[in-house]
Amino acid sequence: MKILVVDDERDIEVLFEQRFRREIKTGEIDFAFAYSGEQALDYLNQHVHEAVLILSDINMPGMSGLELLRHIKQKFSHPPPVVMMITAYGDAENYSQAMRLGADDFLTKPLDFSVLKEKLKEKVQ
Amino acid sequence: MLGWLLYILNKHEKFKEARFLVTAIVPYLVVSFVIEVIRLINVDLFNRWHSWTDAIQTFAFIWGIGTWIVTRRQRKELIKARQKAIEEEQNNKVISAMKAQLEIDVAERTAELRKQKEELEITLDELKAAQAQLIQSEKMASLGELTAGIAHEIQNPLNFVNNFSEVNRELITEMKHEIESGNFTEAKDIAKDIEDNEEKINYHGKRADAIVKSMLQHSRSASGKKEPTDINALADEYLRLSYHGLRAKDKSFNAKFETDFDDSIREINIVQQDIGRVLLNLINNAFYSVSEKQRQEIPGYEPTIKVTTRRLGDRFDPDNDRDRVEIRVADNGSGVPKKVLDKIFQPFFTTKPTGLGTGLGLSLSYDIITRGHGGELKVETKEGEGAEFIIILPTQ
Repeated sequence: MKILVVDDERDIEVLFEQRFRREIKTGEIDFAFAYSGEQALDYLNQHVHEAVLILSDINMPGMSGLELLRHIKQKFSHPPPVVMMITAYGDAENYSQAMRLGADDFLTKPLDFSVLKEKLKEKVQ
Repeated sequence: MLGWLLYILNKHEKFKEARFLVTAIVPYLVVSFVIEVIRLINVDLFNRWHSWTDAIQTFAFIWGIGTWIVTRRQRKELIKARQKAIEEEQNNKVISAMKAQLEIDVAERTAELRKQKEELEITLDELKAAQAQLIQSEKMASLGELTAGIAHEIQNPLNFVNNFSEVNRELITEMKHEIESGNFTEAKDIAKDIEDNEEKINYHGKRADAIVKSMLQHSRSASGKKEPTDINALADEYLRLSYHGLRAKDKSFNAKFETDFDDSIREINIVQQDIGRVLLNLINNAFYSVSEKQRQEIPGYEPTIKVTTRRLGDRFDPDNDRDRVEIRVADNGSGVPKKVLDKIFQPFFTTKPTGLGTGLGLSLSYDIITRGHGGELKVETKEGEGAEFIIILPTQ
């Protein structure tokens, strides 16, 4: 399973690699990283249908996670990838807007990886 | 009878005025009487002295007229003098009455003025209190704008602190396992990972700490002391806080921000929270300006903020031996209209809709830079193309 993680925090990459090191070792999950909404779209354009699941931060300089979500849901509809939003703002407005734009799930930082892993299993099945 | 008449005239006050008549007429009457008596008694004697008696009579007559004229003149002068005295007396009365009235008036006015002065003092005190409150609410308002940014800036480091420390716990268990199995190379690799993670935990913990500290500094009301400060780090921190704060409030808002920091700037002596407040203000204004322009939906418009720092050394101003630092906050918003350009640093001037701006941000900023730090705060703007606020601070 290919997962694209989008976040402007660089340390996210190391964190995901360590938290999912077993899954990565077994080849169960393969990660790609993008540090902005624009980079994420570039990646998706170059690797059509490759990423099954996208985990995106909302607050990023330039294109926000919500905009990225809207783009993905409009452009990449066959099949629509699963998009989960991860944000430091757990407020109702962010949540409802993400859901309205078609987000498949909504998680808040600090991230609970055991919850994330369960959700990933759920979505894939 | 004549004696009695004279007595009466002398005695009674009201005949005083007639007294001159006596002085004027009596000699003539006496002379005429004596002559008449002489004529009756001795006509010869009368005839012999006739020319003399005539002269005496004429003299008495002339005396009478002269006395009358002199007396009349004297009387007139006397009346005049008396009238003058009366007038003077009346004048004096009027003057003293006026003086008394004036004193009353002055006392009334003084009381009125004192009352007004007291009222003004109360008003001034109230104004001062209101001003202090406004300054505080301006601080709190910008703090409010900050909190969303702060939440973001703290949750992100916390995400790393929590997760890396959990990862480390797992790694330690794994490492123990490897050691027990005698796989020391693997154990060493894991130890290296733990070490790296530890470093990240420490880094992000400090990051959260710095954010909380700056928030506290920002809300502190007493003006702090000047401390050596890394102006680039300060500008970067407030740029991020302002950006995330705005993004939290307005989901549709989007802007690019760029920085161009001069690394040759050493630490400069400034009151951190004050300069922080100025930076936050200018950056918030810049973001507000570009977000307003973004609403106009101009095709191809890319809202952009740029923060630049530069050392103004001898290269730029050879005559000035004082080292200075320049911080520029530029936006490509709508710029400052010419007609309000000279008003933007005035207190309570705002172009924002009611309730959105206190109109104190730029005026406080100006105060902090010029009076607090002996620097300059300027603006360069082109209507419709953007604005650039320039802070120049002496480093010493």
